[in-house]
Amino acid sequence: MDLNIDDDNYRLIGAIQRGLPLVPRPYAEIGTRIGMTENEVMARLNGLMACGVIKRLGIIVRHHELGYRANAMVVWDVPDHEVDAIGACMAGFEQVTLCYRRPRRPGWPYNLFCMIHGRDREDVLAHVETLARSCRLEWCPRNVLFSRRRFKQRGALYVGAA
Amino acid sequence: MNGEACRCEQIAESADTLSLWERRLLNEFQRGFPLTPRPYADIGARLGVSEREVLEALARLGEAGVVSRVGAVFRPNRVGSSTLAAMSVPAPRLLEVAEIVNSYAEVNHNYEREHRLNLWFVLTASSKARLKEVLADIERCTGLAVMSLPMLADYHIDLGFDLAWT
Repeated sequence: MDLNIDDDNYRLIGAIQRGLPLVPRPYAEIGTRIGMTENEVMARLNGLMACGVIKRLGIIVRHHELGYRANAMVVWDVPDHEVDAIGACMAGFEQVTLCYRRPRRPGWPYNLFCMIHGRDREDVLAHVETLARSCRLEWCPRNVLFSRRRFKQRGALYVGAA
Repeated sequence: MNGEACRCEQIAESADTLSLWERRLLNEFQRGFPLTPRPYADIGARLGVSEREVLEALARLGEAGVVSRVGAVFRPNRVGSSTLAAMSVPAPRLLEVAEIVNSYAEVNHNYEREHRLNLWFVLTASSKARLKEVLADIERCTGLAVMSLPMLADYHIDLGFDLAWT
């Protein structure tokens, strides 16, 4: 499904991008804001999930505040023809919260990125080792970029951000 | 920014004092949120508490920063256009540059990381053109180069994060 900025779906995304309201009937409230019935809001959200525009609907927690104090972006330089298989292997790990292929750049040889959260540094490094062993990447150039400071963290705004 | 650092310390305590049903709330409803007229009542029924208790807990955990929001996680680039960007910022300028980057509504995550490229942020804009404009603007305002690494493939199926409490 391609989304057009004039679509009703797009208006719905704009209305929920900051979160569902904490009221007894949140879908009815969203509907009131954008001129849809409660049923239509629920049906459209169901559709957006079915076609994969929405990955999940639910409570979005902050890892850091829940005691997962360490997070690292782990980047790997893997052969281009193997990146899909290796990415799929990594994505299966519980401690991997994101896993993307991205382009290489001059001075930046890494093409596979994953995010790993842990209680502390050692915890994260242990997960990296397990991951490397399990996906047979011990030989692969990699770099572990621990986060030092968080300057901003919130959901993306897709509509009317400008 | 100091404010945020302080807030985290308070929250660390509150995370330890969550009740069993609140832990289940956080762990079991990161996906599959009920698409029913009264979702909070349905969640309450599953956890053995009232709709009001669920709403109050979510409001309190939201205020404490444990819960970012109740909402949707969208697949990158299906809605709008996004990229991961990195900059190599001289240490004395890091705070100043981070503030400039933060000032854009299109920036939703911004972290200092341990690398020569020490500032990493995620940009999501309503269009590719707007994304390009913001990247160029940040380069102009800071006088520093921005490396943009748009996603080529997404391998992760987001099921939420198991908080390993139970």
